[in-house]
Amino acid sequence: MCATCGCHSHPTETITLEQKVLAKNDSLAAVNRSRLAQRKIVAVNLMSSPGAGKTTLLERTIRDTGAVRPVAVVEGDQETLLDAERIRRTGCAVVQVNTGAGCHLDAAMMADALDRLDPADGSLLFIENVGNLVCPALFDLGEGGKVVIVSVTEGTDKPLKYPYMFAVADLVVVNKVDLLPYVDFDLAACRRHIATVNPTAEIVALSATTGDNVESWYDWLAGGSPGLPPAGAG
Amino acid sequence: MHELSITESIVDAVCERAAGRPVHSVKVEVGKLTAVVPAALLFCFDLVVEGTVAQGARLDIEERPGVAHCRSCGADTVLADAIPLCPCGSADLDVTAGRELRILSMEVG
Repeated sequence: MCATCGCHSHPTETITLEQKVLAKNDSLAAVNRSRLAQRKIVAVNLMSSPGAGKTTLLERTIRDTGAVRPVAVVEGDQETLLDAERIRRTGCAVVQVNTGAGCHLDAAMMADALDRLDPADGSLLFIENVGNLVCPALFDLGEGGKVVIVSVTEGTDKPLKYPYMFAVADLVVVNKVDLLPYVDFDLAACRRHIATVNPTAEIVALSATTGDNVESWYDWLAGGSPGLPPAGAG
Repeated sequence: MHELSITESIVDAVCERAAGRPVHSVKVEVGKLTAVVPAALLFCFDLVVEGTVAQGARLDIEERPGVAHCRSCGADTVLADAIPLCPCGSADLDVTAGRELRILSMEVG
């Protein structure tokens, strides 16, 4: 019977698709991943709410480790070149992707950014996703590891309130620990909450501003983690 | 509002497969653990199909519950939310269902 008007003269046909909704994104992400692997580039997808300190952590990381290994950055924001300008001042290669109304980066934007950025072989590539604790979790970009940053000013219960995001993290960075004496934040409880939604995630508590415990972050980036292949490997 | 991009992916795939034939309905499967809100998909769908062969089509959403297998007590438990926790108290669970996000079928004229 016709699904439009209920008549018997317009035959309809049911077509089975049985395909993943994000199949196209996932296949583009797979292409990005193999492009990066061929050039021994390690890509890290940084996700957090706005203002958690992604750009500040990147500035410090570039200053402290840029001499050891080339660093390149893809900056995702809805609008402005402000973050790209901050990164550029460190001397690092950077491209800005403005998503406009979009709330996350996807694999097609990542492919375009890779074309424009053309990172050096063996480099460490940071993808600073749009500040948002929901949407970016769903979209594979072809990265080697996902890092979620939560800051102590945001509240202890963030991992429970945004479980989808924390569930996909290889590493959770708890940032702004220099502010712990001034805010009502329970670091031990936050660690428990992270472990509840993601028992395998590693956790590093640090301050991107003061540099407290950033060595643990650098160790993780250097490949001391199952979540991230070492640069130049393979 | 990632549902807009998700809906665009659905409509793109459907229109490509329809190859010019009018689409009357689309059936998708959405797991409860995917962070995709069915009501938002329905809202976006009517906007995204406009001007395509799927204009006016109906979106049918089959929701799948989250299910996890407990490594401690061996029980399979239905998850009320995205926080995997077994009634036995263990958080050591294997999620076995609820992460589906698939286009199942469509009806074309």
